[in-house]
Amino acid sequence: MSRAFLLLAALALVLALSLALPWGDLAALMRESPTLGWAVLIDLRLPRALLALSYGAMLGAAGAAIQALFANPLASPDLTGTTSGAALGAVVTAYLLGLSQPLALSAGAVVGALGALVLLLALAGPRAETATLLLAGLAISALTGALTTLALALAPSPFAFYDAYDWLMGSLVDRSLAQAAFAGVPALLSILLLMRIAPALDALALGEDVAQSLGHDLRALRLQVICIGAFGVGACVAICGAIGFIGLVAPIFARRLTRGHPGRAILPAALIGAVLLTIADLAVRTAPLGRTLPIGVATALVGAPFFLWLVAHMRWRLRA
Amino acid sequence: MSALLEAASLSLPGRLTEASLTLDAGTLACLVGPNGSGKTSLLHAIAGIARAGGSVEIGGVDPSREPPARRARLLGYLPASRDIQWPLVARDLVALGGATPAEIEAALAALELEDVAHRRLDRLSTGERSRVLIARALAPRPRLLLLDEPTANLDPLWQIRLMEMLKEDVAAGGRAALVAIHDLDAAARFADRIILMNEGRIVADGPPAELIDGPHVRAVFGIEKSGGLWRPLITPAGPRSSR
Repeated sequence: MSRAFLLLAALALVLALSLALPWGDLAALMRESPTLGWAVLIDLRLPRALLALSYGAMLGAAGAAIQALFANPLASPDLTGTTSGAALGAVVTAYLLGLSQPLALSAGAVVGALGALVLLLALAGPRAETATLLLAGLAISALTGALTTLALALAPSPFAFYDAYDWLMGSLVDRSLAQAAFAGVPALLSILLLMRIAPALDALALGEDVAQSLGHDLRALRLQVICIGAFGVGACVAICGAIGFIGLVAPIFARRLTRGHPGRAILPAALIGAVLLTIADLAVRTAPLGRTLPIGVATALVGAPFFLWLVAHMRWRLRA
Repeated sequence: MSALLEAASLSLPGRLTEASLTLDAGTLACLVGPNGSGKTSLLHAIAGIARAGGSVEIGGVDPSREPPARRARLLGYLPASRDIQWPLVARDLVALGGATPAEIEAALAALELEDVAHRRLDRLSTGERSRVLIARALAPRPRLLLLDEPTANLDPLWQIRLMEMLKEDVAAGGRAALVAIHDLDAAARFADRIILMNEGRIVADGPPAELIDGPHVRAVFGIEKSGGLWRPLITPAGPRSSR
């Protein structure tokens, strides 16, 4: 209970910081022209903060559910190729089909994510060994990455690469409140739906046979995780591009709060993911670099070493 | 009185052929047979793990129509594999089986796991981990226990204590157990009934005194008891291959 309170307090704090920082410019603007100050707060900073919260939460929850489903702590939307599949879907929709309405982009991204997850299940099997899972994820990421580049190269617009670059690297900049809703509402819905199947995912921790003997329909469970995960992640990718490592890291911390229960970790993973992505966004916004880094670069810079540590840690444990 | 378990014509292509079985309350039945004879497949078919042809009723209820909470009270299944992917705390794992807190504590006490109940599974010995998984299956006090090799990994004392515990449990009324086991002596000693399987079929079914060391067991396993020990049958072609 106190841990949940701490998580919520951390979430409120980073949300407040995300709206307030950098404080100097906003305070000056508020003094000169309160209308303009509020406009900056509501139209620029609020969508960005809401996107960081909802995308981070979605990645955390989807990561926890995918890890529970594959019984593997290294499964996550980015390492399994789900986010890059969603990016491919959105790029094909926008640049080859020429449909740039948010709804069409979201639908394209959801289809891409769904395709990647189904391919993963077909390649790696339902209870994949770590090596198989990562290899299958690597193959899917490589394939979808190449296809994304191909789609951009074949796009009628000569500026497609330049245009898509910031989005592909993950960006929360200059999004509207409507766009935030296009990512946030599906994300919230998906997280709630994933929480509903948390008990079944916990039962799956007893092994497939026991879960089935207790009456859990594994085929339906797999289908639910894949469809809900693809829906939420796809909708977020359509608006903000592919952001890595949050979906890997957040569930690992979350399970420490749920004494290792993989299903129960979905909600804490969502909260931790929201906090982590908001912090990452704050970091890229306030870093004294003269220009804004793509947020995907920041999460990768912190996430990749963590991933390396995790792989080494698992190797040590296997040897012990 | 009608039987507790009524399983009719259970079939799984290539694994199980037309297996029918009834089990009365108060019965401890041991399922014996060579590797690959279909013991696990039969348990899977009854537990609803494999979508088998045929029908299963436990206490007059089709378990596949029951939600998980009620199903945990109908049947408890222990798989042969003792692998658990997530390093859960022992007590938490037992709690995932759908038992009440009092039942969880009773199961932990019955298997003498109180001292390790707070430890993570990956920090337990193989035998302790096996007992935790057995406690998980027993805790909700299901009417039918389906246990695949429950004595594997247990030391000799615990093998005896577990079988005695099962016998007392089912004798206390209203419940039954079907236990797949390789140890013919333990089966003969503790079972009320032996069910012998070979090549996906039930080939013999009866009280241990009639069945163990009878022609069916000799034919199926290729062993016989002589001088108190099981030995390979000597046939004209020599001892049957252990494979």
